[in-house]
Amino acid sequence: MSEEVKVLGNWGSCFSRRVELALKIKGVEYEYIEEDVYGNKSPLLLKYNPVHKKVPVLLHNGKPIAESLVIIEYIEETWKGTPILPEDPYEKAMARFWTKFVDEKCLPALWRAVWSPENEREKAVEEACKCLETLQSALNGKRFFGGDTVGLVDIAANFIGFWLRIIQEATGHGDLLSAEKFPTLFKWTDEFVSCSVVKQSLPPRDKLLAFFKARVAEANASK
Amino acid sequence: MGEENKVVLHGMWISPYSKRVELALKFKGIPFEYVEEDLQNKSPQLLQYNPVHKKVPVLVHNGKPIAESIVILEYIDETWKNQPRFLPQDPYKRAKVRFWTSFVQQQLCESLLTVIKTDGEVQQKAFGNLFEKLEVLEEGIKEIFPDGNPCIGNYNIGLLDLVMLSMFSPNNKIQEEVFGMKIIDPEKTPLIFSWLTVLHQLPLVKESTPPDDKVVAIFKFVRENALKSSLA
Repeated sequence: MSEEVKVLGNWGSCFSRRVELALKIKGVEYEYIEEDVYGNKSPLLLKYNPVHKKVPVLLHNGKPIAESLVIIEYIEETWKGTPILPEDPYEKAMARFWTKFVDEKCLPALWRAVWSPENEREKAVEEACKCLETLQSALNGKRFFGGDTVGLVDIAANFIGFWLRIIQEATGHGDLLSAEKFPTLFKWTDEFVSCSVVKQSLPPRDKLLAFFKARVAEANASK
Repeated sequence: MGEENKVVLHGMWISPYSKRVELALKFKGIPFEYVEEDLQNKSPQLLQYNPVHKKVPVLVHNGKPIAESIVILEYIDETWKNQPRFLPQDPYKRAKVRFWTSFVQQQLCESLLTVIKTDGEVQQKAFGNLFEKLEVLEEGIKEIFPDGNPCIGNYNIGLLDLVMLSMFSPNNKIQEEVFGMKIIDPEKTPLIFSWLTVLHQLPLVKESTPPDDKVVAIFKFVRENALKSSLA
C-alpha cells in the first residue's frame, strides 16, 4: 500500500520543525511543502487548516491534521518503531504534563520576555526564568526529558533547545537561558542539538540568526 | 477499596476542570475518595502533589499524583479500559477529538472566562470573540456528528464531551440572568445547543449539577472576585 505523507510547514517555525523531528524519529518519509506564513498563505493551507490557518499541517493519504502536539500524538500512534512517548500510562501522563507546561507556560513567557519593552522587561524576564527553573527540575539527572533518548517533551521544547539561544544572540540579551543560571537545562540544549535526528530537523543557524536580527531591527525602528 | 487501586481526587466544587475529572471517574464506575480543597487555604497534600501549578484537580492513583484535567482524563481512559472509552480507537478520529478538545479548552474556555471576569469594552470584545469561536465549533463538530443531531440513547461520553459540558450548558435561563443574553443560542448554534442538551440530560451529569440559583451564585461570585482584584 503506498503511503503519502506531506507536511505543510515553515522553515523557521519551531512548531513546524517539531512535526518534522517526530517524523524523522519514526523514519517516516514525507514531502515537505514550504508555506510563506508572513506573506501569502496558500489555498492548500487555508483548505487543510481552515480553523487556525497555521502551520504545521500533516497530510496523511490526503487527510489533514493540524496542531503540532495533536499531530505528534497521531504520528506516535500510527507509526511504530522508536517510541516518542513512554509505554506506562503514568509516565505518559508525566510527559504530557511537562509538554503542556512547555507549550502553555514556558513558550509564551519566553516570547513575552524576548519582545517586551524595556520598562516591562525585568518582570517578564523574572517570570520566564521561573518557568525555566521549573522545567529544569523535570530533567532530574536525565540526559533528555525522555530519558536516554529524545521524547515528546524534548520535541515540544525545541524552541528552548535551539531557537532561544539564537534569539538571545540576536537581541544581545543573554539573561534568560545561560549556563550560569540554568546549568542542567543549558547542558540539555547542547545534548539536544547534537542528537543526529534533531540536527536534521533544525533550520540553518545563520539563516535563523539573520531572520531574528532583522525582526529585532524592525522592532527597534518602530519605537 | 483495596490499596491496589486507590484513587483520590483533589477538587473544588465550583471548578469546571475538577468537575470533568469527577464525572469521568463516575462514568467509568471507578470508586474514588474526594477531597474538597479550599483554594484560599490549600492542603499540604495539594501543594505536595501539584507543586508546579498548585491547582485542582489532582488525581492521585496508588499514591502517584497527576495534574492538568485533560492529561488526567487521558490517563483515566488508558488505565481503566472499560466503557465508555473517552477516545476512539482509530488514530485519525482520535486526532480530530484532540484537535477540537484543544480548541474548546484553549480558545472557547479562555473567551468565556474573560467574559465572566471583565466588564465594559474588554467584556464586549470578549463576547464577540466567544460567539465567533462558537460558530467555528458549530461548523467543526459536523464532522464529529456526521449523522446530524446527537441523540441520548447509548451516548458514549468522550473527552470532548467532558471538556465541553463542564464549561458550557444549554441553560439559557442562567445565561440570561448572569450575562443578560444567551451564550448557547439554539438559533445561532443549533448543533452545539442540542449536543449540550443531550449531555446535560445524562443522569450522572444531571445529578452532579447544582440547582440553577446556586449556579448563578457561583458565576456572580467568580465575577465579583475577579472585578475586585482587577481594581486592586
